[in-house]
Amino acid sequence: MSLHVAVATRAFRRYSTYRAATLAGIFTNSVFGVIYSYAYLALWAANPDAGGYDAVDAVTFVWLGQALLMTVALFGGGSTEDLAERIRTGDVAIDLYRPVGLIGWYLASDLGRAAYHLLSRGLAPLAVGLLLFDLTLPVSPLHALAFVVSLPLAVTLSFTVRFLVACSAFWLLDSSGLRVLSLGFALFFSGMTLPLVLFPGWLGTVAEAMPFAGFLQVPADLWLGRHEGVDILARLGFQVGWIVVLLAACALVLRAATRKVVLQGG
Amino acid sequence: MTRPVHHPLIDVRDLARTFVRRRRIGRLRRTTDTVKAVHDLSFTIDAGEMVGYIGPNGAGKSTTIKMLTGILVPTSGALTVAGLEPQRDRVELARRIGVVFGQRTTLWWDLPLRDSFDLLQKIYRTGPARHRENLGRFVELLDLQDLLDTPVRQLSLGQRMRGDIVAALLHDPEILFLDEPTIGLDVISKGRLREFLRALNAERATTLVLTTHDLQDIEALCDRVIVIDHGTAVYDGSLTGLHQRGGSTRTLVVDLVDEAPPIDVPGATTRRVEGPRQWLAFPADASAAPVVAAVAAAYDVADLSIQEPAIEDVIRELYSTPPAPPG
Repeated sequence: MSLHVAVATRAFRRYSTYRAATLAGIFTNSVFGVIYSYAYLALWAANPDAGGYDAVDAVTFVWLGQALLMTVALFGGGSTEDLAERIRTGDVAIDLYRPVGLIGWYLASDLGRAAYHLLSRGLAPLAVGLLLFDLTLPVSPLHALAFVVSLPLAVTLSFTVRFLVACSAFWLLDSSGLRVLSLGFALFFSGMTLPLVLFPGWLGTVAEAMPFAGFLQVPADLWLGRHEGVDILARLGFQVGWIVVLLAACALVLRAATRKVVLQGG
Repeated sequence: MTRPVHHPLIDVRDLARTFVRRRRIGRLRRTTDTVKAVHDLSFTIDAGEMVGYIGPNGAGKSTTIKMLTGILVPTSGALTVAGLEPQRDRVELARRIGVVFGQRTTLWWDLPLRDSFDLLQKIYRTGPARHRENLGRFVELLDLQDLLDTPVRQLSLGQRMRGDIVAALLHDPEILFLDEPTIGLDVISKGRLREFLRALNAERATTLVLTTHDLQDIEALCDRVIVIDHGTAVYDGSLTGLHQRGGSTRTLVVDLVDEAPPIDVPGATTRRVEGPRQWLAFPADASAAPVVAAVAAAYDVADLSIQEPAIEDVIRELYSTPPAPPG
């Protein structure tokens, strides 16, 4: 445990050294937040109550999206990128010499990174949004708490997907093709491009059932107070359920990959 | 009373590893080749030995090291390292061995050296006191004090290599595997590294298994050499024995006062004549004294010098000789 805390702390520190990049990123997030906000305001003016959101909810969703974009690594990146590179170069063999699990290691590192991105690329754009627009705040401490709990779950969930994509490099030599594909899915089905509540009929149903919904749509709806009581637990349970399934998949894939390396010699 | 059974630290018997390579032959058809990377390989290494494991590129050195460290499964044969079966007990073995690659780093690229070392203490759960003691000692011996706070990416190759060696040793491994540890280092760094490894072996009796292309590493460090070629050992023994085995010769360079026909003395043959200078070859294991005496008695000598056989030549000789049939 203390090892994983140390790994997370170091990842946090590592990202915090890139100050200029952080500032530039905050600026970019804010600019996109403003653009999307006006687009959504126009959309909701024409169609109030679309998807059950009012205009304020819609703008809040935009800023939550900007705040979680880096935290949840919707555009990829994070510790899994390091892993993909280590697989490509063969350095991953060194990881096999260590008496420590690969998944726990990279997850701890990614959570450390996410904590930094939340505090910098998350809070700052949200503050900009609050200054410039009228935003919905969590309706109760319980909803705020649920949102906070859902954040590490969202990061972990996104991590499992990115980990699986990175591991494909064991067989494909280069995981970039699959990464682009998964990036498209993440951006579209997390709600980043458009809140999932706007997806019509079966597409909406499918989108809300996919793990990507746990990246942004679930935390955002908890913030917006769209769930009450047991429903809140059900939403968190949705994230946990996918995490369990995907972590198991990660473990299986990693075992197969290790066997491949050990049996076939990489 | 019976003598206790002797268990070598590393025991390799009839080890073999084949790789299957798929190859396209034509548009759709494929064929598979079986490549024997290692075959009929047997040796034992005792605790505290320093063994050089050498061979040309593609001879099977890395394949052997990978099997010894448990990240490659042998096709056949038996293998124990520190009483463990590497491929089955990889994680447990990892706690008992250290591995250093000249061309890869086990350090974290963007962390200061100190942080990498701290992480390793947590990975191997080394006792804090023991960790401090080891770190202090190794850092001092390898002269890394001033670099502990430098991120690894800013270190020179030699500095990084020293950092990697410390990293591999912090958990008190019984065996240290070094794969090309001096590759790309300058003469001073090489010397310092060799000195450190000698001290390590002397102080802690750490067993060293070293693959290298730099035969000076072997000459400086190893009492024993295993030469591998085409996947199997073609020599296993002392460095001196390697000279004899290679049938190598020493050379007596004679500067005569005047030009003369090729010198003719018993026990040596003249290989080359260039003006007043002549090169005489005689067996490496023979004494130079009688040859020198014979030359001095029969000729007017201005100067004499003796050239030792280069180990490179000896080994090159060995590679080109087909292995002797067993038995």
